[in-house]
Amino acid sequence: MTVTEERPVTEVGSPRRRKEDGRLVTGRTRWTDNISLPGMLHLAMVRSPMAHATITSIDVEAAKSSPGVVAVFTGADLGDEQGSLPCAWPITADQKAPPHPSIAVDTVNFAGEIVACIVARSAVAAKDAVELVDLEYDELPVVVEMAAAAEGGNLTHPDLGTNVSATWVFDSAEAGTGGNVEDAIRDAEVLVERTFRQQRLIPAFMEPRSVVCDPTGEQTTLWSATQIPHILKLMLALTCGISESKLRVIAPDVGGGFGGKLQVTPEEVITLVVSRRLGKPCKYTETRSESLLAGHHGRDQIQTLTLSATRDGIVTGLKVDLLADMGAYLGLVTPGVPILGAFMYNAIYKFPAYRFECRNIFTNKNWTDAYRGAGRPEATFAIERLMDELAVEIGVDPLEIRERNWIKHEEFPFSTVAGLEYDTGNYEAATARAKELFGYDALRAEQRERRESGDPVQLGIGVSTFTEMCGLAPSRVLGALSYGAGGWEHASIRMLPSGKVEVITGSSGHGQGHETAWSQIVADRLGVAFDDVEVLHGDTQISARGLDTYGSRSLTVGGMAVVAAADKVIEKARPIAAHLLEANADDLEFTGGKFNVRGTDSSIGIGDLALAVFAAHNMPDGVEPSLDAEATFDPENFSFPHGTHLCAVEVDTETGETKIRSYVCVDDIGKVVNPLIVEGQVHGGLVQGIAQALWEEAVYDDSGTLVTGSFVDYLVPSAADLPHFTTDRTESPSSTNALGVKGVGEAGTIASTPAVVNAVVDALRHLGVRDIEMPCSPHRVWSALQHLDGDGSSSGADTPTEKTYVADDADPSHNAQLSGEDAGRAAADHGGLG
Amino acid sequence: MAQISIKVDGVEYADAVEPRTLLVHYLRDQVGKTGTVVGCDTSNCGSCTVHLDGTSVKSCTVLAVQADGHEVTTIEGLAKDGELHPMQQAFHENHALQCGFCTPGMVMQSIDLLRDNPSPTEEEVRHGLEGNLCRCTGYQNIVKAVLAAAESAPVRIGTAGGTL
Ligand code: FES
Ligand code: FES
Repeated sequence: MTVTEERPVTEVGSPRRRKEDGRLVTGRTRWTDNISLPGMLHLAMVRSPMAHATITSIDVEAAKSSPGVVAVFTGADLGDEQGSLPCAWPITADQKAPPHPSIAVDTVNFAGEIVACIVARSAVAAKDAVELVDLEYDELPVVVEMAAAAEGGNLTHPDLGTNVSATWVFDSAEAGTGGNVEDAIRDAEVLVERTFRQQRLIPAFMEPRSVVCDPTGEQTTLWSATQIPHILKLMLALTCGISESKLRVIAPDVGGGFGGKLQVTPEEVITLVVSRRLGKPCKYTETRSESLLAGHHGRDQIQTLTLSATRDGIVTGLKVDLLADMGAYLGLVTPGVPILGAFMYNAIYKFPAYRFECRNIFTNKNWTDAYRGAGRPEATFAIERLMDELAVEIGVDPLEIRERNWIKHEEFPFSTVAGLEYDTGNYEAATARAKELFGYDALRAEQRERRESGDPVQLGIGVSTFTEMCGLAPSRVLGALSYGAGGWEHASIRMLPSGKVEVITGSSGHGQGHETAWSQIVADRLGVAFDDVEVLHGDTQISARGLDTYGSRSLTVGGMAVVAAADKVIEKARPIAAHLLEANADDLEFTGGKFNVRGTDSSIGIGDLALAVFAAHNMPDGVEPSLDAEATFDPENFSFPHGTHLCAVEVDTETGETKIRSYVCVDDIGKVVNPLIVEGQVHGGLVQGIAQALWEEAVYDDSGTLVTGSFVDYLVPSAADLPHFTTDRTESPSSTNALGVKGVGEAGTIASTPAVVNAVVDALRHLGVRDIEMPCSPHRVWSALQHLDGDGSSSGADTPTEKTYVADDADPSHNAQLSGEDAGRAAADHGGLG
Repeated sequence: MAQISIKVDGVEYADAVEPRTLLVHYLRDQVGKTGTVVGCDTSNCGSCTVHLDGTSVKSCTVLAVQADGHEVTTIEGLAKDGELHPMQQAFHENHALQCGFCTPGMVMQSIDLLRDNPSPTEEEVRHGLEGNLCRCTGYQNIVKAVLAAAESAPVRIGTAGGTL
């Protein structure tokens, strides 16, 4: 047989170079935009420049007669066929949502919304005609700021009667997972109150989204640069009223996603509907400007936080009031993004009381949805910034305050105040290793020297001891959260007669290295050679069942489905092996790809069995001639990776410029399948989180126009902006899956943002700066230093407010951070404490 | 329509193009060199980087007619007889790509970088790649790959001539 005998002792754990690379480094790629079909037509979208307006007239005649143009469609032309774009996560029974047509019909609700679609014989001809569509609008009042929108005033959707889509609450006292936070706040010896703003971000995957639809033949085939071919197939069928069995969706090579391609897009619906109308293959590929303008955005929350603690810095309660900007519509999982954060504010700490309330707000901006981390980066930022603030109040090192509050390694499994059960972790070990690699004490000494000498370049040290929940998700938990689908994953394995193995996965890779990692897992499990395993994915006709790739779920859910399918193959092979070896099935052991009769040298390899089964000449009675197996895996719990990230930042107090001097992270993601791939995920994740801290922001002006609509203004960092990272790992295997693995795809992004901002603030705190609003651009840092007000607090931007109450201050009005009104309340509440 | 003749990855092409056609679109749509990709519309991303007479250019900033009579090497012209170019090999060895969308541009720019500066420092590599964006890798392994390629052997550039 061709099954090779030579291989590492175990594939899992070895730094295999990736199988995917061959085609990618040579340009033999299948991006959606590469696809060209006979007679294919090209689409271009006409987009509204208005953020909120009634469409009073559309004249498409000039566009229709432009050279090469075949047709022009408006929202009215598509009619019911375009349906309403789906939202799969109604977080409350009374959640409000506007209809969401792919092409706007009467009104436009954000700048960039599609108002017409040009179909032409070439992409250039389609684009040329965009300018020729003549639209007239009646302007409506534009709602841009979510805080104002939450209070009423102008409405994004007047028909809904409110800008609040839903209010969602978790209260540990009600849930029975902890105490009452109001009691904790009333009894607090120390209170830290802060407001943080999570600016709006853009996923900015490098491959612009593209979709090709071929309606010829019985079945319609749609290729899309998507993370979610399976979900997309179902949702397009439901949205457009097409039989699910008549639709095939293919995600060919996909150039990054980061949540940004976790969507059912208007462009996909339009391409599908238009190509079916015209009976011709159609392609739409967005420009980068369109991608930034109309691909969904991420983050955009305002967090109002109250942390209560004892004088020793032991946290007694945390209250979170969140405003989350939905933008103008609810996308596939838009309303659920803040909810994914709700379970993470208590992070690695033992908080006895917790309350989270979130209001989802409509504004006339592009809609937000999943972006790497989705909800968890926001939560982690908030708590890691707060822990630093608490450390300052108590007067201890930020690592010390964390240690006083974190779950000790011997306390796992640990039930949290948010109702989760953390399986394993070792915060002590990761922190100790990170401190050592970072040279923590030496950097603190240098920081002291620079402060004392009044160096214009100050040094700050930022800490982030994060955890997150990923591996989405146990289906019953998703059900309890009203999500519209489950969280399982599917895999099947085909044992080919030549000894090769095909693994079909419901995960849909777009850069993560599934083909390599899945091959490693199967090579070990079935004892076959790494190179003999072929991984197939991303085509609903090949991979019929799946829930795709997001939420760091591939390995912990999809990988486990692969393991389960492989185990079924072995169990199917066992009676056949026993028959051929003339042995009792119970006397067989399966190791190294072979069934051995215990105590003898009689054996048969799995590849030989596959050939024997293919011939089927000599099967045991009643056994089907197939080794192929499939499995669906539903995880019993989330996965809880954690880590300690330490960042040193130099801040030039004269220019406001920041420079990351060193960055060390020690992540604990349990067992590792491929350390090379893991490290790559960490690096990429770190940079997206650092970019939120320092550079990136989607900015809208007062009229609702996106100001950062190109890579000139939306500052995706380059190699020159970034330092070399020092990464390491500790290993607390997960106890909830057989591989002992945890997710890693989002960890870096979740951890790094607070590490960087904590460092920037730490550099300037002795000068009176208490916060810098993200992104901590040179301008913001410089402004914070210029506008130090009387109480020595400044943040460089408008949103943040802060209040701190320390009970042993005899007269709260002496506490500089307390505003008059709050001082009164605090004095009343805490009257007995001074 | 303008008539142009261009050598692409060692093969001569004679084609009629609209004068406004960008080199990248000519390469992708007319020559079928879809290994070279388009990532932006403001010349910021570098995904479209090719070599024009041996020097890297962003092919979205060059008109096809400007390349008339010249020689273009794309990512598809680097490997010879099934052997990866040392830079392609270095990217593979050092896990310098994830989704791979930026990779053609990164590889072409990296080769040019080493042609200019055969033994760069890490800082010089980072600055040399400033015009090429990658959203996946955080750049660390790309920088490592370029430094490794510089270490390993003199890097030959594709058809467009010359050895470092
Ligand atoms: S396509 Fe972005 S620089 Fe050419
Ligand atoms: S590898 Fe995905 S953009 Fe660079």
